[in-house]
Amino acid sequence: MAWLPRSRAARRRLMMVAVAAPVLALAVGVALFALKGSISFFYTPAQAAAAHVPPGRAIQLGGLVRAGSVVRKPDGEVDFVVADHTAATRVVFRGELPDLFREGQGVVAIGAFDAAGVFQARQILAKHDERYMPPELADALKKQGEWRGDGAAPTYGSQGGAR
Amino acid sequence: MIDELGQFALVLALALSLAQLGLSVAGRLRRDAALAGAGEGAAVGAFAALAIGFVALIHAFVTSDFSVLNVAENSHTAKPLLYKVAGAWGSHEGSILLWCLMLTGYGAAMAASGRLPFGLKAWAVACQGALGSLFIGYMVFASNPLARLTAEPVQGNSLNPLLQDPALAAHPPFLYAGYVGFSVVFSLAVGALAEGRVDPAWARWTRPWALAAWSFLTVGITLGSFWAYYELGWGGWWAWDPVENASFMPWLLGTALLHSAAVTEKRGALASWTVLLGLGAFTLAMMGAFLVRSGVLTSVHAFAVDPRRGILLLVILGVAAGSGLALYAWRAPTLKDEAVFAPISREGALFVNNVLLAAATATVLIGTLLPLIRQAIDGTPISVGGPYFNLTFTTLTVPALLLVPVGALLAWKRADAMGALQRLWPAAAVAVAGGLLALALVSPRSAVAAAGLAVGIWVVAGALVEAGERVRVFRAPWAEVGRRLAGLPRGSWGMTLAHLGLGVFALGAAFETAWRAEAGAALQVGQTMRLAAFELRLDRVDPHVVGPNYEAVRTELRVLDGAGRLVCAAAPERRVYAAGGQTTSQVAICPGILDDIYVTAGDQRDAGDGKAAYLIKAYWNPWVRLIFLGPLLMALGGVISLSDRRLRFAVPGRARQAAAPAPAE
Repeated sequence: MAWLPRSRAARRRLMMVAVAAPVLALAVGVALFALKGSISFFYTPAQAAAAHVPPGRAIQLGGLVRAGSVVRKPDGEVDFVVADHTAATRVVFRGELPDLFREGQGVVAIGAFDAAGVFQARQILAKHDERYMPPELADALKKQGEWRGDGAAPTYGSQGGAR
Repeated sequence: MIDELGQFALVLALALSLAQLGLSVAGRLRRDAALAGAGEGAAVGAFAALAIGFVALIHAFVTSDFSVLNVAENSHTAKPLLYKVAGAWGSHEGSILLWCLMLTGYGAAMAASGRLPFGLKAWAVACQGALGSLFIGYMVFASNPLARLTAEPVQGNSLNPLLQDPALAAHPPFLYAGYVGFSVVFSLAVGALAEGRVDPAWARWTRPWALAAWSFLTVGITLGSFWAYYELGWGGWWAWDPVENASFMPWLLGTALLHSAAVTEKRGALASWTVLLGLGAFTLAMMGAFLVRSGVLTSVHAFAVDPRRGILLLVILGVAAGSGLALYAWRAPTLKDEAVFAPISREGALFVNNVLLAAATATVLIGTLLPLIRQAIDGTPISVGGPYFNLTFTTLTVPALLLVPVGALLAWKRADAMGALQRLWPAAAVAVAGGLLALALVSPRSAVAAAGLAVGIWVVAGALVEAGERVRVFRAPWAEVGRRLAGLPRGSWGMTLAHLGLGVFALGAAFETAWRAEAGAALQVGQTMRLAAFELRLDRVDPHVVGPNYEAVRTELRVLDGAGRLVCAAAPERRVYAAGGQTTSQVAICPGILDDIYVTAGDQRDAGDGKAAYLIKAYWNPWVRLIFLGPLLMALGGVISLSDRRLRFAVPGRARQAAAPAPAE
């Protein structure tokens, strides 16, 4: 095999490249393939309407839970409206709501629109920190002028009424 | 008073870290042992000062001193003592102090260890001082854990109740001990680059630190995963959440580092690669701290967002990692790297393992950072879902798993692949039989899951075969087997145990992922629901359970098996914490030997005719216990290896003779 390098060290180095290259090619290939199917975009209701998100495409929907819109049905389904400044979307979720889910507060629902335009949520995002607001949502709300600062000012005391 | 003393100690620690940097560099450049010794003294002093600061913070938490902002925001008088103490590292400020404490602790331990040669040690202590200065500077100027409030509140805001949990109290210290342990490897790598010398002795000095950091990190990640499993009430144990990835990437690279350092130690090969991994592991650990603490990523457990802090942490990350990698780019070409080795050999297998682990780390890194990059480029917020990680990660780790038993049986230098495979046939037979059995018996039938199971069995059986070969079980008289067993170096016990743990984890992960079941319903008292082969009956609801700092609604269920026999009683609760008014759900777990029945109680619903129904969600998680047992075995393997005398005392080269009868570890 005349095309192989002469020195032993160079041959061995070639061997290492020959092992590493297909693994890296495989990694890149699989990563690109997998990314195609699992990237999801973030929309507020107004953005989703403007972008004509097709039914069934997995997205993240962020906005404020409209006060008074939450209906907890006996069969475990939860119905509520996620709204931004200009549009609102009905969201249906079956399962356990995160502990920090509140009317009038920010929420991110992961799921897809159904044919009727209702958002079927697979997951509702919860945060460890009650002061936390997902950055995407904060940005989107800031643009629409609905931003109310980084949550309520911390209150010291055990009433908990402020939140 | 104690708080002011603590504040003073923190500033003192900053001054001592800067002195550590200056003295060590001066000592190295002027070849002055006294100056370098003073640098080492400063390293120990910085640790002592931070320890005082840390004790002051714990004191403030234990005595509920709400004049300290951090305590007021994260503590409460009604909180149990354990969580008052754990609250000290539950907040951003406190956790940075813990990080700095560990960083200086490792620095002090390295400064006090007597084995390193003068030049390498002086550079490494200097580098540790530089890292210490950066992080302590950040803490003192931007994230003071002992800052005072002008008006002292009567009561504190309390620690988030989700964080009031024993596993989570222990999770940050272990995780940080792991993260920060890699700082020593980073410093030793910088030292080696500065000295222009990476040899087997360097690998031998580096390995114990890497091993300690890796073991801590393994326990830390497992505790975090275990907490997320039983506390968050979602029935899962890993979500590829950015914060989980942040801790997992240094672990993956640290695993690669352990293996490549072994090659460098035994064969002098892969030297510059090992150095790069040493730099990379701590870089990823710092990036983990940045991702978690800056709130740049949307994550299930992102902390409060503070852009100024995020940017500062990013600057620190850039400075530390950037200068490390720049030094590498400059000096690595001068390192003598004896990269000559045969493809079929222990080092050949470890090289392939490293390529696979590094590629796996890269795909996790891409998936974690892509949302940030995309947002920076065109402002489109995206998220990368679990399927991406599952597919890429599995594709790259399954070959690595298949290789584990083979690599462990190959000899250094030049090995006999056929011989190794012949010795492994029992393991292969058991694995194939196990996979086929699963395909035939377990429903629903799943070929992928059966294959995953076979891979797990292969790794477990392979580790046992390897241990058996080492002591010549079935091939030598039992007396000799016993003698060999007793004489086996701890390092090889550690390796066997770690590989065994890996296989156990793979078994659990494959089985649980494929055959878990879940069910949910709104139940009234007396109603039942089905979960896999079980029946859950809601017996009783106690709406007014009073705990130490919460009130709860307790739902009592009976779990019956298919024949109607009682399996266990489960009492999940829905708790409302008085401080902060937060509701959490307390999971009830019916532990089997390997399986869990996992029950959570949710909201109360109006069932119509004046009766109340309760949302009950239940999961059957078969073999889930193995998922947490496996990593603990791996960490135990790491600790046992760490106690190997050869790592601490022997000079390089002697170990090869000592372990001559069996292939060296």
